[in-house]
Amino acid sequence: MLWLALAWLGLAAESRGQTVHAIADMFKPLASPASAVRDLSYLVFAICGAIFVVVASLLTYALIRFRRRAHLDDSEPPQVYGSNQIEIAWTVIPVLIVFVLTMTTARVIAALQDKPQPANAVQVTVIGHQWWWEFRYPGLDVVTANEMHIPVSTRANERPSFLTLESADVAHSFWVPQLAGKTDVIPNRANHMWLDPHETGIYYGNCAEYCGTQHANMLIRVVVDSAEDFDKWLAHQKQPAAADASAPAARAAFFGLACVTCHTVKGTRAIGAFGPDLTHLMSRGTLASGMIPNTPETLRSWVNDPQVIKPGSLMPAMQLTDQELAQVIAYLTTLQ
Amino acid sequence: MASVAYPVDEQSSAKAPGVLAALHEWVITVDHKRLGIMYIMMALLFFVVAGSFATVIRAQLAVPNNSLVPPAVFNRLFTVHGTTMVFFVGMPFFAGLANYLVPLMLGARDMAFPRLNAFGFWITLFGGILLYSSYIAGEGLAGHGTAPDVGWFAYAPLTERAFSRGTSTDYWILSIMLGGIGSTITAINVIATALSLRTKGMTLARMPLFVWMMCVVSFQVLVALPPLTAGQIMLLMDRYLGAHFFDTQAGGDAVLWQHFFWLFGHPEVYILIIPGFACVSEIVPVFSRKPIFGRAAMIGATVAIGFISLSVWAHHMFAVGMTSQANTFFAASTMLVGVPTGIKIFNWLGTLWGGRIRFDTAMLFCIAFLFQFLIAGLTGIMLGVAPLDWQLTDSYFVVAHFHYTLIGGLLFTLFGGIYYWFPKATGRMLNETLGKWHFWLLVLGFHLTFDPQHFAGFLGMPRRIYTYAAGRGWEGFNMISSIGAGIQGLAVLIFVINVIVSVRKGRVAGNDPWDAWSLEWATTSPPAEYNFETLPEVRSTRPLWDLKHPEDPDWKFE
Repeated sequence: MLWLALAWLGLAAESRGQTVHAIADMFKPLASPASAVRDLSYLVFAICGAIFVVVASLLTYALIRFRRRAHLDDSEPPQVYGSNQIEIAWTVIPVLIVFVLTMTTARVIAALQDKPQPANAVQVTVIGHQWWWEFRYPGLDVVTANEMHIPVSTRANERPSFLTLESADVAHSFWVPQLAGKTDVIPNRANHMWLDPHETGIYYGNCAEYCGTQHANMLIRVVVDSAEDFDKWLAHQKQPAAADASAPAARAAFFGLACVTCHTVKGTRAIGAFGPDLTHLMSRGTLASGMIPNTPETLRSWVNDPQVIKPGSLMPAMQLTDQELAQVIAYLTTLQ
Repeated sequence: MASVAYPVDEQSSAKAPGVLAALHEWVITVDHKRLGIMYIMMALLFFVVAGSFATVIRAQLAVPNNSLVPPAVFNRLFTVHGTTMVFFVGMPFFAGLANYLVPLMLGARDMAFPRLNAFGFWITLFGGILLYSSYIAGEGLAGHGTAPDVGWFAYAPLTERAFSRGTSTDYWILSIMLGGIGSTITAINVIATALSLRTKGMTLARMPLFVWMMCVVSFQVLVALPPLTAGQIMLLMDRYLGAHFFDTQAGGDAVLWQHFFWLFGHPEVYILIIPGFACVSEIVPVFSRKPIFGRAAMIGATVAIGFISLSVWAHHMFAVGMTSQANTFFAASTMLVGVPTGIKIFNWLGTLWGGRIRFDTAMLFCIAFLFQFLIAGLTGIMLGVAPLDWQLTDSYFVVAHFHYTLIGGLLFTLFGGIYYWFPKATGRMLNETLGKWHFWLLVLGFHLTFDPQHFAGFLGMPRRIYTYAAGRGWEGFNMISSIGAGIQGLAVLIFVINVIVSVRKGRVAGNDPWDAWSLEWATTSPPAEYNFETLPEVRSTRPLWDLKHPEDPDWKFE
């Protein structure tokens, strides 16, 4: 496990010059949905804080003021049974507070949930799998995994991303706290949410619904690119896999193995749909749903035995010989 | 060999050896007091077991990238921890308190259905044992010997056979169903007893608040348990009879399970906490030396909670993609349930006000409860604000919130109740010095454990993760939290020692050590099998006050 920790330290290198928002603080929102929640939370915290201060002070005062002073004082205090006026007061005031909170809440719910979709919105279909994420860009023939690219949405150039969330197996939940609250990802159902990140960078998130053995390592990265970078990225991802002439033996070995039954490499006969799309594997910064940085060395450890790195992962150790493993890695590293 | 006809009682008491005879007496008993004590012993036993699971969970999470327990084991730990605490600690506590105290408070000889009562206890205990037998008998995905690992609310379709092979999920279903039979029996018994076995003069209006609250809980059990049982039967049909209620691969509906579960699950939260309210409503007046403030409002607020809590369940589901109208409705109803809960806190405050407050350990636990439950209620309001819930749900903030209600709220009141009624049940007082150590260590451990978890939640830490990477801002909070868990364990250890020592060597309590006012203090400690030789006349809500203060009796004012 030590090397895993070391590998994590290496993740800083994976950012490729982009700002990494690793601390997913919901009070430092960088997109409108998260900002709306943060602003609402200030009102809620203020009201709840005021209630706490008032009630806790009264309690503390009563405990000190009305403590039994003399240890052997067995006299009884005046027996008071209640007061209707007071009961009405402490019923009506909370009802009014609830009314205010409900109205404010209703406005924010409607503003966030029922936002109309602008024509230039980027569409992404998010598909939860045990225990990784698939991102599809409908109509663009782009499929990737675990690192979702979306464009920045500035005030001058608003370009929100609308997500459709689906699941291939069990319930998951998509949560990137600095961008928006979470939305569950439920099989046999399509949920929706939207994001409009104001700053470029890499945002961290997690699957937030318990989904089985490796729920903890179903990490999310949202890579927010500038408009140009995003278009460049899309154009690159649209390409079929590079047919690198330098490694024909490695390529032949890869397609002779069982990898192709679960993984897709666009433009080849590898059309498996169970595991992540590998067409542009090396363009991604991490492996194993964000657990480790993506380098030839870590890729080799991962393919050799995923169970060491991510116990319970649905990718089995394929019992490859050293030569097969070298060839598979040689081929995979051509998938830029 | 001449055949001799022994009288039955002589045979059992004279011939069997000591320990076995005693054990035999406890096994065959239908006495509500013994069943009550056994329920509470069961709850404490499972509390210690599931609590030790929690310390392993905290040990694993103390540092990032820890590998103390593998993921599959961790997932079983939190599933069995949650399931046990709700169904085999919280529910038996309710049943135990109700069984022991309701007949005594009503001046009754026993519960309405004593034999059914015994059946209820044994089936509940069997349910608990069945859950743990999965550790040696349940065959799961990873081979033999696996316990349930689907979380205590067991969301579909993770529970379907495609994702949960073997029988571990069946152990979860069946053990809870058995526990549910016990809870239903207790509920029926409490209602029947309160309605039909009150002593002469005790009208419903004069019935102790404790019994009123236990009745509300019982009605909630009767209404809320059937959706869970129905959902579990559907799940069993999915798993073994080819039904597809929640089987999404065949067109089933995963959200339907969530509705069934939380239609039970939210009232269940109140089913767990109201027995705690019931303890506080007895203890706070006695140690403030005043009657409960606003008794009618207290009863009304409890009944209101009973009704409103049935309409808030989908606040556990704000993130599943309900319509904005549905989200608004459940946000409103959730905040509304805060109103009667607030009324209760204000009435306890009103009871303290103008009193002559004594700070015995039982009272200390209730005072800590008042502060902690206030915070739990306010974080509950935050979670009821649906957009805020989208950030906070399924994060460590929620973990902190419900442990604030169930430990800071329920567990503290139950310890208060144990310190208060232990003298009645055993005839001896619990040691006050050990009691204060127990109390202050638990306060310290509780706050160290759960206060930081709110902040880990703000920083995006999801619940139910077996590990986390360094560098996300969670390390410090988790380390403090784990240290706190150890301190809580120490506090509970002191409590266990206190019980073992005091039950043999504690100060003799006498009938009425607290100078209290309800009927259970009018009989011997422990009460005889028949409970009362004579009963005082009941002319008000505080019959013993009237007896002690003939110059200023309550009935003059009621």
